[in-house]
Amino acid sequence: MPEHKTLAATGNTVVAEAMRQCKPDVMAAYPITPQTTIVEEYAAMVAKGRVHTEYVTVESEHSAMSACIGASAAGARVMTATSSQGLALMWEELHIAAGMRLPIVMANANRALSAPINIHCDHSDIMGARDAGWVTYFAETAQEAYDNTIMACRVAEHPDVMLPVMTTLDGFITTHSIDRVSVMDDESVSGFVGQYVPKTALLDLENPVMHGAFSGLGGPYFEFKKQQRIAMENARKVVKDVAEEYAKLSGRPFDVVETWGMEDAETAIVVMGSTAGNTRHVARDLRAKGERMGLVKIRVWRPFPHVELAAALKGLKAVAVLDRAESFGAEGGPLFLETRSALYDAAERIPVVDYIYGLGGSDVKLELIERAYKDLSDIAAGGAAPAGPVYLGAREEA
Amino acid sequence: MQQLTEIRWHARAGQGAVTAAKVVAETALAADQYMQAMPEYGPERMGAPIKAFTRISKVPIEIHCNIENPDIVVVLDDSLLEIVNVADGLVDDGVIVVNTCTPPAEVRARLSMPANARVACVDASGIALDTIKRDIPNTPMVGALIKLTGVVDMEAFKSLLAKNLSKKFGQEMIDANWASVDRAFEEVTVA
Amino acid sequence: MKWDISEMGSWTYKQFPQGAVIPEAGNSNDYITGGWRSERPWRNDEKCTQCLLCWIVCPDSSVRVADEKVTTFDLDHCKGCGICAQVCPTDAIDMVPEGCDLPEVK
Repeated sequence: MPEHKTLAATGNTVVAEAMRQCKPDVMAAYPITPQTTIVEEYAAMVAKGRVHTEYVTVESEHSAMSACIGASAAGARVMTATSSQGLALMWEELHIAAGMRLPIVMANANRALSAPINIHCDHSDIMGARDAGWVTYFAETAQEAYDNTIMACRVAEHPDVMLPVMTTLDGFITTHSIDRVSVMDDESVSGFVGQYVPKTALLDLENPVMHGAFSGLGGPYFEFKKQQRIAMENARKVVKDVAEEYAKLSGRPFDVVETWGMEDAETAIVVMGSTAGNTRHVARDLRAKGERMGLVKIRVWRPFPHVELAAALKGLKAVAVLDRAESFGAEGGPLFLETRSALYDAAERIPVVDYIYGLGGSDVKLELIERAYKDLSDIAAGGAAPAGPVYLGAREEA
Repeated sequence: MQQLTEIRWHARAGQGAVTAAKVVAETALAADQYMQAMPEYGPERMGAPIKAFTRISKVPIEIHCNIENPDIVVVLDDSLLEIVNVADGLVDDGVIVVNTCTPPAEVRARLSMPANARVACVDASGIALDTIKRDIPNTPMVGALIKLTGVVDMEAFKSLLAKNLSKKFGQEMIDANWASVDRAFEEVTVA
Repeated sequence: MKWDISEMGSWTYKQFPQGAVIPEAGNSNDYITGGWRSERPWRNDEKCTQCLLCWIVCPDSSVRVADEKVTTFDLDHCKGCGICAQVCPTDAIDMVPEGCDLPEVK
């Protein structure tokens, strides 16, 4: 069994630590707040000889992901990290990494996109990369960020998946807060992730291959996209299988959809990332006062767990979705759209209200969550649902 | 001690508030408590007013928002009293500790705060200059904090301090820091 | 091992290699592009000094060389771009319309 060590550490520190324990061959990275300390601490570990990774300094995120793609096609285990504008600058390469079926693992420190310039947390950056074809995890805590990084490595390299994986953690809230985190010894982690044996490596001179072919009009581009769809569907099972194995090692259970208080809940909030903690805290308080409130936390955003989510929300009187990103002109934020779609096949129609919250790091005060739960109680008691999306906590005229 | 203690730190960037928030959290971990420490990041530069937060709890901490109703407020620079409402949201039986030469009664008169809350003052900068030979008030302020609240254990704090310092400094610097903590512990006055 | 792609036109997503990897080196040789050509190069051996500049610049590696001397053109792959004729310092290469009788066009 592994040795567990409890640390006082930031989310970024333990992500860098998890990456070191996965022993990537190559990291090509560019610093950006609030991700910087991941690659900075990783570079220091390379310099001190604590990990044997070819660390490539590049001039932009566009180049960082390009170098990662090249290294991964060459047959290396590759990891990197980014945030916000950096992720946006990588956008075209994100699709290439997925289309070439390269199992790159990347951490993203979730941060708002300009304009106005803002360095703080929301999920706008990651939602911009929503359809790039990456398996995507969300972390509530530094502990989850550590665990997700290790699991990501196995999921990405699984023969039924072979897709890049993004593990996300909330900028500053999780990246820079010192938290109590349990980490495992190096041998246990490297034993769990194993050695990456690429099937088609550019550097395998005995079996020469070509990566990055053209597939134009009349070619099988369409068929390759279907392969990606199937790989992403396969990831549903692989994510769970890997998590089950990891739980045996770490002692920390995982589910793609995690629930709290849903056994007898009448209403629930659906949420991703660090705000799940705030929400659980409020739900606990309300439950102590006799309110039957629940929490549904999404831990894997792609592939989206629509079946598990629909099952968790079955029979409720009202549901609130907390979206930390906008989809201007849509009926609500990205998580709302997924949630309502997941509920379309439900026998009973459940009212779903969307709350846009915490954009640009706007503080997620407990009273905001209380307000959303209050709305849900009102709806459950027969009241009308507020017209969404509600800008939760935005200044309003008195 | 109650289940959850929330500390808010006010300082100027460069005074070591973030480090202090972190070391107090680490000390709590050494006593097998749950803890959280985070700075409120902004585009600040040396000298700009900053805030940092520490939470210490007997049970896991789930909340990730800023601290609005602190049990304890630590002010590392008394010039902030003029420009920041440092007592904002302080709980009724809370305590605010300020690095200043001004007596606590005078500091209290300048703050709007609950009647039952305590105000404590210590010349942490003076102590730091005497002992460490540099104006780094964060370490002695933790000594005063421990005296007032017992939020973490003194010996555990000193041993962690020594461990952290020993990465860069010798025993002389450790002794100087220990002395600063002891003096602040002794010299802090309350009103 | 030869990668059999003769039935590729009827392949579904199941037959295509993952990530559009081409698992066989150099098989572009099997793809005959000579049919795209409207003019073909013709080399006058008497004018040619065997400087090999045409061999260097040919984008389709279609100038055949043996014993450091240009022999013929690979007309299965030459697309008739005419770069060889352009760079030839002694005007030893002419571009001749496809379908013309060779060789004495000029």
